[in-house]
Amino acid sequence: MMGRGTAVGSRSGMASDRSGYGRQRAARQRLEVISGHLGRQEASGACEGRQADDVHRNAVPRRRQDVLKWNGWGFRDSKFLFNKKGLAELTGKRYQLSGTLMPGLKDWFEGTFGANLQHRSPAVPALNPSVVPPPNLHAAFVEALKEATIPCTHEPEDRVFHSHGHCLHEIFALREGKIGRVPDLVVWPGCHADVVRIVELACQHNVCLIPYGGGTSVSSALQCPLEESRCIISVDTSQMNRILWIDEKNLTAHVEAGIIGQDLERLLREHGYCTGHEPDSMEFSSLGGWVATRASGMKKNVYGNIENLVVHIKMVTPCGVMEKSCQGPRISAGPDIHHFILGSEGTLGVVTEVTLKIRPFPEYRKYGSVVFPSFEQGVSCLREVAKQRCAPASIRLMDNAQFHFGHALRPQTSMFMSFLDGLKKFYITKFKGFDPQRLCVATLLFEGDQNHVLNQEQQVYDIAAQFGGLAAGEDNGQRGYLLTFIIAYLRDLGMEYYVIGESFETSVPWDRVLDLCRNVKERIERECKDRGVQFPPLSTCRVTQIYDAGACVYFYFAFNYRGLSDPMRLYEQVEHSAREEILASGGSLSHHHGVGKLRKQWMQETISKVGLGMLRSVKEHLDPQNIFGNRNLL
Amino acid sequence: MLSRREDFRDILEERRTSSDLSHALKSFTRVSSRASPPCSVSTLNKTVLESQHLHYIMQEVSKDTGEPLEAIREEAAGILEEMSQNLQLGYIRFLGFILSKVFKRLFRKINVNEEGLQRLQQAMQESPVVLMPNHRSYVDFLVLSYLLFTYDLSIPVIAAGIPLMGMQLIGEILRRSGAFFIRRSIGTDKLYWAVLSEYVKTILRKDFAPVEFYVEGLRSRTLKSLPPKLGMMHMVLEPFFKGEVYDISLVPISISYDRVVEESLLAYEILGVPKPKETTMGLLKARKVMDEDYGNMHVCFGHPLSVRDLAKGKVNRKQYNLIPRDLPMKPSESIHAFANTTAHLVLRLQQDNMVLSPWSLMATILMQNLGGINLKLLTKQTVWLKWLVLDFGALVDWPVQVADSEVMSSGLSLHHSVVRCEGDQVLLAEQKPQRGAAPEEAVFRRAVAVLMCASYRNQALHVLASPAMLSVALSLAAASSRADIYNLYAFLREMFYNEFIFIPDRTGQDFEEACSLLQKCGTVQIINQNIMVTDKGLSVTSFLTAAVEPFIDAYQVIFRYICSRSVQEFTEKQFISGIRTFTLNLILTGEVKSYDVLSSETQKNALASLVRLNALTKKKREEQTYFSPNKAAIGRTADILAGKIAPQARTYSRL
Repeated sequence: MMGRGTAVGSRSGMASDRSGYGRQRAARQRLEVISGHLGRQEASGACEGRQADDVHRNAVPRRRQDVLKWNGWGFRDSKFLFNKKGLAELTGKRYQLSGTLMPGLKDWFEGTFGANLQHRSPAVPALNPSVVPPPNLHAAFVEALKEATIPCTHEPEDRVFHSHGHCLHEIFALREGKIGRVPDLVVWPGCHADVVRIVELACQHNVCLIPYGGGTSVSSALQCPLEESRCIISVDTSQMNRILWIDEKNLTAHVEAGIIGQDLERLLREHGYCTGHEPDSMEFSSLGGWVATRASGMKKNVYGNIENLVVHIKMVTPCGVMEKSCQGPRISAGPDIHHFILGSEGTLGVVTEVTLKIRPFPEYRKYGSVVFPSFEQGVSCLREVAKQRCAPASIRLMDNAQFHFGHALRPQTSMFMSFLDGLKKFYITKFKGFDPQRLCVATLLFEGDQNHVLNQEQQVYDIAAQFGGLAAGEDNGQRGYLLTFIIAYLRDLGMEYYVIGESFETSVPWDRVLDLCRNVKERIERECKDRGVQFPPLSTCRVTQIYDAGACVYFYFAFNYRGLSDPMRLYEQVEHSAREEILASGGSLSHHHGVGKLRKQWMQETISKVGLGMLRSVKEHLDPQNIFGNRNLL
Repeated sequence: MLSRREDFRDILEERRTSSDLSHALKSFTRVSSRASPPCSVSTLNKTVLESQHLHYIMQEVSKDTGEPLEAIREEAAGILEEMSQNLQLGYIRFLGFILSKVFKRLFRKINVNEEGLQRLQQAMQESPVVLMPNHRSYVDFLVLSYLLFTYDLSIPVIAAGIPLMGMQLIGEILRRSGAFFIRRSIGTDKLYWAVLSEYVKTILRKDFAPVEFYVEGLRSRTLKSLPPKLGMMHMVLEPFFKGEVYDISLVPISISYDRVVEESLLAYEILGVPKPKETTMGLLKARKVMDEDYGNMHVCFGHPLSVRDLAKGKVNRKQYNLIPRDLPMKPSESIHAFANTTAHLVLRLQQDNMVLSPWSLMATILMQNLGGINLKLLTKQTVWLKWLVLDFGALVDWPVQVADSEVMSSGLSLHHSVVRCEGDQVLLAEQKPQRGAAPEEAVFRRAVAVLMCASYRNQALHVLASPAMLSVALSLAAASSRADIYNLYAFLREMFYNEFIFIPDRTGQDFEEACSLLQKCGTVQIINQNIMVTDKGLSVTSFLTAAVEPFIDAYQVIFRYICSRSVQEFTEKQFISGIRTFTLNLILTGEVKSYDVLSSETQKNALASLVRLNALTKKKREEQTYFSPNKAAIGRTADILAGKIAPQARTYSRL
């Protein structure tokens, strides 16, 4: 549901088949859209979306565990492993990197974490249904659901799947086969009307609803509150996944909120459009989730963040349906009610339909990269790019540790290529005098019409040169974006060998970027040391988004926990300290991951007591029974 | 305090056996917390001048004065040029060579705790370091740089008073050895403050070098800790509060002398005879001081204090989140309180690691026997005092395997300028007044001798201060109840806050500690919330009371003076000359025995205490500060101090 990371990688790395868009297919699609539109008319009856679990249309089926891992990230057929020769590879065929060997990863992994491929910490092989607590079902509610012909289940696998997001502690527990409080029932509404019915029934029977989109939350937002004694129903929106109409005159699309990112882009692409919203999690995260967490996309410099993309939102609350009366591009009619919804994290209702801006699919795209002698100079360059407002679709700056990490993921290459690489390395380190232990890399992605892109590229490289930056080629740029994209798979690999890690992010004014990065990284290292972590942790950051007045900074933190008695507790303490350090250094509570339950304790100091009171009063007005009882945020 | 007795090593021993030249030319590599290479002096200065903070201030000053910004910028550049150090390893080597020669001549030993240096090295690798030595002698000034050079540690930049710069040649040598110069009375000169603070902060942010400064602000003429000055303290803490560095280490350093090189000047200075101006000629004339023996010097590097750890839970760094960090702003109350407490803590830690010489113990006994004392008795009492201060946790440089009588005679001969022996009697060495001189002249000469001896007593006073306050409280209290005694203790602590340096907001804790010290050595018994002096403890409490009596007497005289009819509103200058005449008369009539009241330091401390207690009000008028007394309040204070009435009850925090 929540966007993990600002954005992911290249489209070519995406897990989908995008070849051959025939006319025929486009026509069929249009028909489908129209029929979808018609389906909406007969709202009280059966929803079209509910009837067929159309595997061709959806990357994620109703029974998620058939395609996705139950205790890790992503698709079941794709995972990292070290083969018998100790070479790393990504299994399956979905990704650009799938099947390629990465000879550098083992040494980097063992060297960075003091890990050893002999020391394994495997997960339990399968979910044992007997450890799942029996469902606490509300018989009358279930009966009423069946009457309304809305599909639901209390199968243990489905319930467990809907009980978590992708926080480290959640995945760690699953790998150990530990199951806590899970939803008692999972329900799949097929359309807006289904949601209206579900919410009505929930109010009538006083049960607890937890909206579930893509399940990619990293804020403990999907965790069932332990104190909740009512029947908990996970409302899985994945079957609400149609594009209901496309308005080519105004360049908007009206879409059901359960659609996941890759499906949305694929379907729009068939019409020659895109939204351009690409969070790292876009393979799995949903439109409704983006709205509910104020998500951010990698290419926000061209397309904007979710709040800039949304034109209209429809949300079902216990008080009824909340929406606006028109689609004016900007309205001065009191505080924007959309902003009560954006970031409400499922505490107020279910987002069912959203009208989004769309753009013609860009004609030209180009990657790029720049090497800087130091992180300080890299940040100065990004700051200047922001000042001149010439940012490409994406510009990111990795610190030295991430540069080395990226290097470790290079595929096996021919003699000639490694010779070339050697030459480049020689040029940069010896001829240009860059210190390999200090240099860092910025990756760039340009998008738009060709002339514009080429001009912009020139401008960015000129600025980079002022700060000692050297152009380092398109390949490096592209690989940089791959790193973000497969990082969650790599975490699963680490967990096989006693290495646990997590990412977290913040936003911070420009003048504090360097101080914040240094302080937080150092805090992590010292906290680990003080708490008895033997091998120094990986504590690294990158600047992933730039704004006029500041930047978004993303941290990775990972360590080897072999020999530690309670690694999760230790991990949580360190993460807590790191967040304290972020806040003390002038950073925000979150740039795009949201608050959930993980960062709730800092809400009051973040938005003031008065601000919190305002939000509370909205919650009390909309949901006095606390039907949407996930207890996020407030 | 050091967790256990650490070994000291005499660094002069090696200098006496191997070449000073090869020591000066040895290879030297710098340790630093930064991975990046250190910047040059000119880059450092450029960064300061181009800083946003200075820019804001220059704009403000330009607006206030109506002068063009360019002129202000030039003024700032001028200030920086006057101020900035120009640290060069070559000069350190040169100075190292000279100092080897000088130190060997002046001192028998320079003892250093090497473990402290190891800790310092560790700290230097982790974060920017601030070296905070006490200041008792000009010798302090370069001894740390010399030691750090010897031990291959980063050479510090040192905050120095501008008079030092005025010395021809020497000023330049000091500058190139890392000294930077600060004007004495900066007052409200905004631009100067801004340049200085930006300079200090930039050095720390860039970890250019360790910063060394004296938190006492000046050389202590009384050899007692001075109340801290907070200006520099704020400057070195701020980069941490604002998140510009991860942490800062404060290293308290205690430098103790058996005999202070400028001892003969001290008494004159505190009696109000101005000290000679620092000139190069003056230094050359002072060559005869080189022929004297100054015994041992101890340099003890304390445990580095992490500002981050100290500030935990006390300072909310988020207070800077909503304002540009470069914007000039007054420190908040919590920041101010933290800086104040931290400065006091550093002073306390300096005191804890001071090494007491047998002589300062002798001086403490002598001060209670100004009429002279039999050598055997002096020896007996000094040895007794040695055990007492050891019980109180002090470090004493009492040679082992040497007879006590020898220790005594060595101490007495080293300090022939202060004491002399006449047969079995030990007396103060007092210059006889010229025949026909006024009686005031005789008092003055006597005062010089007494205050010189008092200075050496003062070296040991910090060990006795808190238990002495408790002893006085015990003697003043009408009953033995813990609460009454605590009240009196707290009152005395407030009263002598600047005299003996107590850490703010630690009254309860200090009281407990004093109680347990006296309980441990069998002086008091604590039964059912009653504190009673034991029979054999009486000697200890009366000794401790007598040790601080001169101060109590001095304060009483000062109170009496202020309460006298003729005194209304006064400036500090008027007060000091008034109290001097007043006291001289009392001493001449034999009514007052304390010479400490003649010390300008004591006089100023008493004023500061009265201001703290709201018995004096400070007013600023036409660039002058005036004090107006609340005579009733001062009278009450005097009565409490005399045991006539009890102080107002206060909350008993730690019980």
